Amino acid sequence: MATHFAALVIIIPLIAALFVPIIGWWKKGLCYPLVVAVLIVPLISSLGILNRVIESGPFSYYLGGWAPPWGIEYAIDYLNAFVLVIISAISLIVSIYSKKSVEKEMPEKVVPFYSLFLLLVTGLLGIVVTGDLFNVFVFLEIAALSCYALMAIGRDGAPFATFRYIIMGTIGASFYLLGVGYLYIITGSLNMLDVAQRLPEFYHSRVVLTAGVFMIVGIGLKMALYPLHAWAPNAYADAPSTVSGLVAPLMTKVAAYMMIRIMFTVFKPVFFVEIIPVTTILTWMAAVSIIVGSIYAIAQTDLKKMLSYSIVAQIGYIALGIGLANRSGLTGAVLHILNEAFTKGCVFLVAGAIVYKMGSCNINDFKDLYRKMPFTMSAFLIGAFSMVGIPPTCGFFSKIYLIMGAINAEKWIFVAVLLFSSILNVIYFFRVIKIAAFDEVIPDYSRTTPYITYRLDEVPLSMLIPILIMAAGILVCGIFSPEIINTVIQHIIPASF
Amino acid sequence: MLEYIISKYNFWVYIILLLIGLYAMLGKKNLVKKLIGMNIFQSAVILFYVSIGVKKGGATVPIFMGDAHAAHGHGQAIIDVASYINPLPHVLMLTAIVVSIATTGVALAVLILIFRRYKTLELDEIIKIRKDTGV
Repeated sequence: MATHFAALVIIIPLIAALFVPIIGWWKKGLCYPLVVAVLIVPLISSLGILNRVIESGPFSYYLGGWAPPWGIEYAIDYLNAFVLVIISAISLIVSIYSKKSVEKEMPEKVVPFYSLFLLLVTGLLGIVVTGDLFNVFVFLEIAALSCYALMAIGRDGAPFATFRYIIMGTIGASFYLLGVGYLYIITGSLNMLDVAQRLPEFYHSRVVLTAGVFMIVGIGLKMALYPLHAWAPNAYADAPSTVSGLVAPLMTKVAAYMMIRIMFTVFKPVFFVEIIPVTTILTWMAAVSIIVGSIYAIAQTDLKKMLSYSIVAQIGYIALGIGLANRSGLTGAVLHILNEAFTKGCVFLVAGAIVYKMGSCNINDFKDLYRKMPFTMSAFLIGAFSMVGIPPTCGFFSKIYLIMGAINAEKWIFVAVLLFSSILNVIYFFRVIKIAAFDEVIPDYSRTTPYITYRLDEVPLSMLIPILIMAAGILVCGIFSPEIINTVIQHIIPASF
Repeated sequence: MLEYIISKYNFWVYIILLLIGLYAMLGKKNLVKKLIGMNIFQSAVILFYVSIGVKKGGATVPIFMGDAHAAHGHGQAIIDVASYINPLPHVLMLTAIVVSIATTGVALAVLILIFRRYKTLELDEIIKIRKDTGV
């Protein structure tokens, strides 16, 4: 049974995405419970997969019974199973959150929204579960296309931001496809493990070098790494709240997963570290990404835009961990994928809740928000702590590992960058918290009652509970991070590190 | 030199198309022209894949004309791989063509939204309107 989980994880949401329009045509209100029910299946399946991997090691599933390298193989190892659990958990939480927000922001588009939502989740899960290079491209485009459509529904300016994303996203995907083509020319195979086996003898061939560079640049575009990031902030900020709540934690992190997969599974680590110095370039791009993303975030007055620039900064942490290419660095990077999923999920859902209550999310309008929405803003505080890296939130642990990785690699400049970025994070998060918690609305003394009475004005429970789950997730991941590293992440690190 | 270029002409064609597409996407001011550039870019990748399936020396379409039983029997049938072109890249490109059509469709729909909002598809005019409205 556990082997079939690998197929169920994508097939159930894919089929359900086709049934949503039919059921929605009959009864609109049924879409939401259907989507939530359907998304429980990938979560159970991926937990089953992770359990099996922990118990008996990596396994593979042959789609349709065709043996590799001819058929499509779903090769499951620790990294796959780990990222699968993250994606399915976040998408389930966001789908629970979606009800009120979608009804308010796009009342007449509920049915197509849920259909595209499921397709997006299918695409993200598919990228991670598959062990076939071309299959990755197909799922990448499924995820990207549904993401374009969802983002374009958003607030004023969303279509224009989406168009830029379409152009850049297509360049990224096409570069990846070109890289796959070059690898196919030289190895005659598309199966990742098969390619990995045949490739080392050609490492000095120019075709392989070109393939590697095309793939890394393509994935870098999808990751929104610094010089390639221009599409991201507007696209994420203008998207509907639910969509940015799903896409912000997952999309760029799945691209980061792809980068780890290409660099350390398809190619051996030695290729990108020694034969072409991609990892060195990557660390510098990551460092610039961290600093520039944080500085831009400080300059924003719109909460969602600020958080979107923060994505560019945070993806820099992951890229830095990958680029350091040593044990602690990569541990930090993989742990940071988990942290970012929960932290960004939490803060974006809070931003969505604020938009739901106030209609916009300009930071200067946040006065007294802590009195009106204490639970939501407490969750935001936990998210901010995690972003800054205060124990026991999970952000602290991944940052510690990244700093240890930089120290082990004796690259002191990156230690400085990591520490400095924490200060920048403090600046832009605590500005929000200061306005929301400490800036008082000046009471009007001319009136008979000089004190303003504050009324609790929380978002509905269906939005509040997912936000609190995310916040709890941040704490749980932090407290149990040694266990997570011992049972899962240490097996992800390539043997040569 | 000329011989070197001619012997690998398929790669040159694809690279030229790729660069034309890239230039149109990044250099042109009109959003529809950007979209056309994106199409040229994707077509270049598709042509690249199609061309790598070709074999020289009288290779033909991969339709097996011999005795079907012999082929499936006991692994005895010998199929001369060199006499058939490689069908796999072509099959992959069927998927890529579908993807490219879907992307174009989504992009055109988004362009309609942009036109309704700004009443223009020129990049600099849209940026000016966005600046004026403070978005």
